[in-house]
Amino acid sequence: MKIIEKKEIAPEIVKFLVSAPLIAKKAEPGHFIILRHKEKGERIPLTIADFDREKGTITLVCQGIGKSTVEINRMEKGDSFLDLLGPLGTPYPINKVGTVACVAGGLGVAPLYPKAKALHEAGNRVISLIGAQRKEMLIMTEEITAVSDQVSYSTDDGSFGHKGFVTDLLRELLSEEKVDEIVAVGPVPMMAATVKVAKEFNVPIVVSLNALMIDGTGMCGGCRVTVDGETKFCCVDGPAFDGALVDFDEILNRQKYYRDMEKEAFHRCRLEDAGK
Amino acid sequence: MRQNMPKQNPEIRRRNFAEVAEGFTIKQAKLEAERCLKCKKPRCVQGCPVEVNIPGFISLLAAEQPGAALAKIKEKNNLPAICGRVCPQENQCEKECVLGRKGDPIAIGALERFCADWGRTQQTNEQSHPDLSTTMGKVAIVGSGPAGLTAAADLALMGYKVTLFESLHAPGGVLRYGIPEFRLPKAIVDYEIGNLANLGVEIKNNFLIGQTLTIDELFTQGYQAVFIGTGAGLPYFLRIPGENLSGVYSANEFLTRVNLMKAYRFPEYDTPIRIGKRVAVVGAGNVAMDSARTALRLGAEEVSIVYRRSREEMPARLEEIENAEEEGVKLRLLTNPIEILGDESGEVKAMVCQKMSLGEPDASGRRRPIPIPDSEITLSVETVVVAVGQGPNPILLRGTKGLKLNKRGYIEVDPETMMTNIPGVFAGGDIVTGAATVIAAMGAGKRAARAIESYLTQEK
Repeated sequence: MKIIEKKEIAPEIVKFLVSAPLIAKKAEPGHFIILRHKEKGERIPLTIADFDREKGTITLVCQGIGKSTVEINRMEKGDSFLDLLGPLGTPYPINKVGTVACVAGGLGVAPLYPKAKALHEAGNRVISLIGAQRKEMLIMTEEITAVSDQVSYSTDDGSFGHKGFVTDLLRELLSEEKVDEIVAVGPVPMMAATVKVAKEFNVPIVVSLNALMIDGTGMCGGCRVTVDGETKFCCVDGPAFDGALVDFDEILNRQKYYRDMEKEAFHRCRLEDAGK
Repeated sequence: MRQNMPKQNPEIRRRNFAEVAEGFTIKQAKLEAERCLKCKKPRCVQGCPVEVNIPGFISLLAAEQPGAALAKIKEKNNLPAICGRVCPQENQCEKECVLGRKGDPIAIGALERFCADWGRTQQTNEQSHPDLSTTMGKVAIVGSGPAGLTAAADLALMGYKVTLFESLHAPGGVLRYGIPEFRLPKAIVDYEIGNLANLGVEIKNNFLIGQTLTIDELFTQGYQAVFIGTGAGLPYFLRIPGENLSGVYSANEFLTRVNLMKAYRFPEYDTPIRIGKRVAVVGAGNVAMDSARTALRLGAEEVSIVYRRSREEMPARLEEIENAEEEGVKLRLLTNPIEILGDESGEVKAMVCQKMSLGEPDASGRRRPIPIPDSEITLSVETVVVAVGQGPNPILLRGTKGLKLNKRGYIEVDPETMMTNIPGVFAGGDIVTGAATVIAAMGAGKRAARAIESYLTQEK
């Protein structure tokens, strides 16, 4: 649970290398952990972005968007998280299918990376399409490049790569060559848009969902999502699901349910900081 | 006459999380203890799933020896402050009390609670650390709810080295995440679990057996027996349209946010909870009562229990139903939800229900609810809490190859030995029986401890 290395890889996005031998030993692509940084903190689910079974380490990437996550990102090398539980979730199935398009938006690169890596190791041709708001928000580009046969980038403002959305890159790719499978991770609207493109070209797509959750072990049911008309628990049944069957509108609504309260808490904590 | 335990005034307590029942005074405890007839063949003991020597501790209490009375209880029950509060005594020990035939039975639960609370104020650790040099062997316990805690304590007292594995960040299972502060203060849970540490039990939080380690690996790590007490933690839903709208909580989520994560103290604690002005809690068991009363305390103006059968069939303890009604919880009986309606942002705005009538008894022995045609009503609510029961959590079962389950998905055990089909792996509590009570799980933990001892001594 001790932080071995810490690096801010983009504004408000921190990559941690954490000592967690038991979790590292069991980790598979698609697994996640839940951590709590202090007694009064939230239980925060984070994807295992990489793992080293021999060294007993896992890599976590955290974006500071609320009170708990901002505080987590202030933790330093040598500090320990209060609680760390994992690995959680069902591993992402790694098969040799041929050509796989790995599509990520924003922070989605972190959960995408272990899947791309395993797909690449399994002998697939991996084409990575990475989108971000602007150049400085692009993360883990070296890692992704190392496990991809081809990488393209897009930024909303055109500061790096294609100007526009990552779905533009996907549409272009799918019109040019045969892709056997798509993996997409990122903000919900980005995943929904990616699924739309995949459907246009009739290519199977797997998405990795990040629903709100408390325990991460199937106990609270807060992370339920509708897949093919059926309720599934993101923590136990997922987080990867067949994108073509996911009800994204529902996930969007559920994700914003606490937004006002979180903003208020965050605002207060900033005020307290300012007072110090 | 049976002594009545003082309670916080309903008007005040409905808005705070402090404990509702305040416990007997020393004078009340003595008066109540003196009513005991000290039966030669005490039927109350037979009514207790963990066989506490009830007349024994009560007579010590009558003789003004609360310390000795507590020690007598602890011979059989390591969680007396918890049991004194949450056991359904009216269906167990007190139901069997001879005094109950003509009048009111002894308030055994209240007296147990009195002894335990007295002991806690003395701050003495009456139980000593067992000598670990003569350890009998290593036992792993999976799940730190009532079954696991009891099995752990008993095995530790027998001289085994016990490790308790808990997936959450704090031990106690349903005592921690489920039962609210106003019924079971968490300081008491901490204290009674702390006593386990004094017995040499090691507690490993944040440890999900089935994922972090498998049961096979526990054996390779040197554990000679494993007890599974993972409970019934998977929430059931109604399977009606609109159930995934924002503002629909499982009781598990609702109570876990409040009890484990302390969302009632947001923003001091980071985990939020949102509560509507009007709240419907679906179901009528103790968990439903806990949810309804929690909703009031979070500031809801109108809280109703929505239940498809009648008052007679409500599974909650009478005391909890009375407490809830005193606090202003409305009962909408013979009412069955059929759809939850949302607004444009996907948040709950109403619940459509159908009125029911009761027909012939069904498989559960209770009269079957039958919908009345054209009886739909729409309740305006912003929060719905679904408290219609829980099933077995699949993680450990999925991660343990070859473990035999019954048709309902619970673990099958030999009723004599409590052993599963895997040698050395035992199970008890809700994960075997389906959702039941704290004390039933404790009874199972107790029997499992004996079974494990007999298995391990025979093996040698």
